[in-house]
Amino acid sequence: MEHFAISGQVVQYAMTGLTVGSIYALVAIGFNIIYNVTEIINFAQGEFVMLGGLFMVFFATVVHITLPLAFFLTVVAVTVIGVMMERFAIFPAKNASVLTMIIITIACSILLKGAAMYGWGKDPFSLPPFTSRKPFILLGAAIFPQSLWVLGITLVIVFVLTCFFKRTRFGRAMIASADNREAALLMGIDVKAMVMVSFGLSAAIGAVAGIVITPISLMEYDRGALLGLKGFGAAVLGGLGHFYGAVVAGFAVGLIESFCAGFISSGYKDAAALLVLLLVLFLRPSGLFGSVEVMKMKEF
Amino acid sequence: MPYDSITAARRQDLRVLVGLAAGIILFPAVVLHIAPLRHYVDIMVFVGIFSLVTLGLTLLMGYAGQVSLGQAAFFGLGAYVSAILTGRFGWPAWPAVLAGMTLTGLVAFLVGVPSLKLKGHYLAMATLGFGVIVYVVFNEEVSLTGGPSGMADIPGIAVGPWQMDTPLKYYYFVWFFVLVALAFSLNIIHSRVGRALRSIHGSEVAANAMGVPTASYKTRIFVVSAVYASMAGSLYTHYMTFLSPSSFDLFWSIKFLMMVVVGGMTSIWGALLGTCLLTYLSNEWLHMFHDFDVLVYGFILLLIIMFLPKGLIGVVRRT
Repeated sequence: MEHFAISGQVVQYAMTGLTVGSIYALVAIGFNIIYNVTEIINFAQGEFVMLGGLFMVFFATVVHITLPLAFFLTVVAVTVIGVMMERFAIFPAKNASVLTMIIITIACSILLKGAAMYGWGKDPFSLPPFTSRKPFILLGAAIFPQSLWVLGITLVIVFVLTCFFKRTRFGRAMIASADNREAALLMGIDVKAMVMVSFGLSAAIGAVAGIVITPISLMEYDRGALLGLKGFGAAVLGGLGHFYGAVVAGFAVGLIESFCAGFISSGYKDAAALLVLLLVLFLRPSGLFGSVEVMKMKEF
Repeated sequence: MPYDSITAARRQDLRVLVGLAAGIILFPAVVLHIAPLRHYVDIMVFVGIFSLVTLGLTLLMGYAGQVSLGQAAFFGLGAYVSAILTGRFGWPAWPAVLAGMTLTGLVAFLVGVPSLKLKGHYLAMATLGFGVIVYVVFNEEVSLTGGPSGMADIPGIAVGPWQMDTPLKYYYFVWFFVLVALAFSLNIIHSRVGRALRSIHGSEVAANAMGVPTASYKTRIFVVSAVYASMAGSLYTHYMTFLSPSSFDLFWSIKFLMMVVVGGMTSIWGALLGTCLLTYLSNEWLHMFHDFDVLVYGFILLLIIMFLPKGLIGVVRRT
């Protein structure tokens, strides 16, 4: 029985880790999409997640519309914010250095956080789960259906994005702008439009992450920074710009946190994943899947 | 650069330094006579403390071209070592300050050697990660640091028989150190080391090819910036006499970075301008906006960076 109890605990922590890890993976993918096209790390990525959660709360519990419609409207609203951020803050500063651009995204994140605090106040908000509240028992662990929603939606997004970038004309044009801006311009690709789309797409993915996680972990105006930090960590751990690296690293960060919280100390869980990240970087300076050659060619 | 123009630049920097010193001496004489501005002396104490951090960060970022998003951790290490040694173990203040600077320098060396091999975003992430780890330690080691609720009743600091117990005394005390740090930094900038650092910023490969030991220079300037931050942390501790981890979180590292960039990181004077502006904004001028203050702060930052990509120092240089 003892053995069984421990394995149930392990399954429980693993499930928690994978659920949180999905969110980190989605945030990391958001970082990668913008990074690939612009070489900028968008520090407002975590705010998109926060806004996704809070808009969903607004549409679902204040306006009282059906979940699918609320989901759709939330994604649209946050996407519009992402595109506006690109139009009004990133695009006008197009000749600035990468570092200056990053500071612009930090300023935007402060702005979005301030706006959310004004709009929603400082209290955390809850959201009913998409389906049943009742957990079911699997291998001795209690699993909430919402966790399956989080995992499922993450996998769908990864699949759809892969198809988008590999199969569609538009996706390939984005990849081309990322690989070689000048060559893409010469091939008639509107690189400026691609930058705008990358912000919209990242915002949309951030919004989805916020929507699916809010029923589990609540959401408040200042949650963005920590989510952004973990997502950035996952993106770097996987190797900046790598989609599958981001997914694997996102799950890894989630699992390390959850097992550290379960078996070692919950206070140190934020430090554990970062410590592992630092050790990996010291051994592999361009992340698990990144290439050193590509990194040397980057301007920043 | 020909030899003459180097000494000319140096002479000009010295003139600015002397002018600044005069301004600092006179500043309280002016604001203390204007009743609504009296507390500006108190805010200037914080400007001075934060300036020590941003001076070090400018040397690291503006001159050597290496990003650090972990400066608040070094600031915090200095603060906590001072607080713990004086508050819990009854050390006198000055040895505690030196102990903090030594320990922080050592930590910076150990973190810097592997981290500074990283570039760009990866270096940013590594320093960010280090900063968060230190912040978690401040929160969790409750028996030493007091945890999230912080430490109170930390003793003040004295120079010989004089206790630094009023904002005005502390103002002169802190700015004395800022001027010393400025003079020290200017010496670095206008020396062989400064030129080597700028060559790393320009191109690390080229600098290496010219025989500049880039790894060693990067580590040394990283340690210098950490020691500045530690000193600032100790001064902060003995002024506040209360500490909590929230003064040393990720947001503070980002704030220090923003001070440097808003001021203009190509110049050591930019750090002072940026620190002064952002500290006055968040400690004083934005209070009138109440709940809007974060919003206005973000908006002002955005406007400055968008329209003055070279920072405030760019405007000063043009005029």
